[in-house]
Amino acid sequence: MTKTIDARGLSCPQPVLMFLEAVKSAGDTEFEVLVDTEASKENVSRAAESRNCQVTDIRESGDEYHLTIVK
Amino acid sequence: MTKNFWATRTGIIVVGAAIGVLAPLLQKLGNPGNMGICVACFERDISGALGFHRAAVVQYMRPEIIGFVLGSLAAALAFKDFRPRTGSAPFVRFVLGVFAMIGALVFLGCPWRALLRLAGGDLNAILGLAGLVFGIWIGTLFLKNGYNLGRTQKTHIAAGLLMPVVMVGFLVLMLIFPQIDGEPKNDILFYSLKGPGAMSAPLIISLVAGLVIGFLAQRSRFCTMGSFRDLLLFRQVHLFTGVITLLVVAGIANLVLGQFNMGFENQPVAHTLHLWNFAGMALAGLAFALAGGCPGRQLFLAGEGDGDAAVFVFGMIVGAGFAHNFGLASSPAGVGPHGIAAVIVGFVVCLAIGMSMRKQ
Repeated sequence: MTKTIDARGLSCPQPVLMFLEAVKSAGDTEFEVLVDTEASKENVSRAAESRNCQVTDIRESGDEYHLTIVK
Repeated sequence: MTKNFWATRTGIIVVGAAIGVLAPLLQKLGNPGNMGICVACFERDISGALGFHRAAVVQYMRPEIIGFVLGSLAAALAFKDFRPRTGSAPFVRFVLGVFAMIGALVFLGCPWRALLRLAGGDLNAILGLAGLVFGIWIGTLFLKNGYNLGRTQKTHIAAGLLMPVVMVGFLVLMLIFPQIDGEPKNDILFYSLKGPGAMSAPLIISLVAGLVIGFLAQRSRFCTMGSFRDLLLFRQVHLFTGVITLLVVAGIANLVLGQFNMGFENQPVAHTLHLWNFAGMALAGLAFALAGGCPGRQLFLAGEGDGDAAVFVFGMIVGAGFAHNFGLASSPAGVGPHGIAAVIVGFVVCLAIGMSMRKQ
């Protein structure tokens, strides 16, 4: 199941906190994280890698980034 | 997927090293002792140059600060990372900026200067850094409990450019009203005749160093508060690597330049009241954590279009006015007459902000 995390408009460390919270809760194995700054994109990617998750796709749409992360 | 080199491990190390070299060099070229760069002190000097406070020894329109914002703007524009945004509780950020400055001026320095003081052998900085970490740790407890100032909104490009424009304005004022030898004032701008405000590297060198650091820091997201926060909150060492590099490289640079002098006593622009070095920086650390960035990072964010960070910066500049007008700032003689009361009030306000501003 894919869980969507909308962290648009939020700055560090909120997007990472929201992502880690979601990873902790059982059930979901795929996450779609929406962020709108490059710093948040990098931070969430880094956090994902440190939790042994894989960032499988980063799509840019307008001013936003959609990260697909698999646990 | 384009990879940003500066956001890699190597990138953040290079940035930490660059700051670690440039800050001691700026000191060698004229900036005050262990104050090659100090964001809090330099914003306080700007506040003095504008006459927001009238502490005669700390009045100078520091070009480094102007360079930080404009360098960050240049990097953001060059790499399509300029994102005008605002609206995440700006007045709360202003108040946090005020108390961040008050706390920093009780210690006598921002986190960058705390590192540079230690790199220059000033052992009082250990108390400041311990306080900084303690304040940030309190901040992480609030973050874990849902503290959140809310989302920003996209805004006009012109709105995002306003802070850089203000900085250009400050630079133009400096060029129109330069320091006149032996004069404490040129028309509207105040200058210091003695004290730290009278010590500065040449304008062009300060400005270029600021631009370089602003550019690199925008790309790498260098943040001293973030380094400790990420370590405490996520056990992540990325930013911390950069901060440690800064400390080590600045220490070596100071040794090479003959600027290293170890001890507690007689350190430049410092006092030896351990408790207040700790408590002042703890207040500042808490305020930075609640605002999401150290004073340097707030300047770089402001340069890339973050209007809320710009509000924080001006909170700090106004905070310097309070700090000196009300006798809250410390000096080498010790804490100001009302410094202790201000730290207590600051903690009450910041703790209340942390406890009351939660989502869910």
